[in-house]
Amino acid sequence: MALRLASRRFAPQVFRRGMATTIEHTKEPIAATAEATSASRPPIPANKTSTEHEPKKDENSRIKTFNIYRWNPDEPASKPKMQSYTLDLNKTGPMMLDALIRIKNEVDPTLTFRRSCREGICGSCAMNIDGRIPTDTAKDSKIYPLPHTYVVKDLVPDLTQFYKQYKSIKPYLQRDTPSPDGKENLQSKEDRRKLDGLYECILCACCSTSCPSYWWNSEEYLGPAVLMQSYRWIADSRDEKTAQRKDQLNNSMSLYRCHTILNCSRTCPKGLNPALAIAEIKKSMAFA
Amino acid sequence: MVRTARLSGLQRDVLALYRKCLRAARAKPADTRPNFEAFARREFEKNIDRDKKDFQTIEFLLRKGERQLETYEAPNITNIAG
Repeated sequence: MALRLASRRFAPQVFRRGMATTIEHTKEPIAATAEATSASRPPIPANKTSTEHEPKKDENSRIKTFNIYRWNPDEPASKPKMQSYTLDLNKTGPMMLDALIRIKNEVDPTLTFRRSCREGICGSCAMNIDGRIPTDTAKDSKIYPLPHTYVVKDLVPDLTQFYKQYKSIKPYLQRDTPSPDGKENLQSKEDRRKLDGLYECILCACCSTSCPSYWWNSEEYLGPAVLMQSYRWIADSRDEKTAQRKDQLNNSMSLYRCHTILNCSRTCPKGLNPALAIAEIKKSMAFA
Repeated sequence: MVRTARLSGLQRDVLALYRKCLRAARAKPADTRPNFEAFARREFEKNIDRDKKDFQTIEFLLRKGERQLETYEAPNITNIAG
């Protein structure tokens, strides 16, 4: 869809028809074209033919301005800047990502951002915006990379530290005893239900990067996303390393830097509740 | 006595990174080691005229350098364009 729009933008209807006719001409024998342009048969003067105008600007167009954070690592001395782009919302999809993709396709191909699934499953496109495009064209939309992250380029943050922390909680099933039937580790429906609201996390890092406590202590504090995944494995009935997992969190930094600010639960794009998971870990540690 | 300039913390960080690069080069095979040393020197010389007060840029370049070092010091990398 966007590509078709792009071609319309750069090659308007009139121009495309012109191209089509030249192609038809080339299909005809060369002699015919030569005859048409030869001086012996002069062309009809321009004032006797109708004029083709460039397409009129659409009066119903809803032009919205997007202010987007830009920074290019190839010029490290240059400061980050906010760049404005305007789009007609009638030609743009409802998501902010649609707008960004249109800007990249049609306006400025140097704009850099991560995106993959465009349906909120992969978590690649996490960035600091106000969600669905507010259709109020009077107000500008501001788009920044995730807060308090090192920027790789434009809207792409460096999540190395986040992934390192995720790795440190060993996010996989740990068992010493083999499964009872030698094939699967079965779980009752009640035990499975405990994982609802935890396993859906897509690791987009929205919650961690919105947490002030994580901003100041991102080296040692694990952050809501990683803690929720930690709880996902603590709560799993099949996992046998629960004690070690809790032991790993039992220090002043890893877990207890959560001061129940609750930005994480407010910001989660999947509607999960990392603060509740952290509270559950704290509770299980306090009454252990 | 030779008077040496007092270095700022950031300048010392830069020198420390360069030293780490040369140390990492020592772990490489003897015949390709000069290539690694030359590469490290070239990377540093690219930014030799940075204003020393341009902290943000230098800090970014330091982080970038650390990342590059992490990549190139992997033992499976045995040569680099000299």
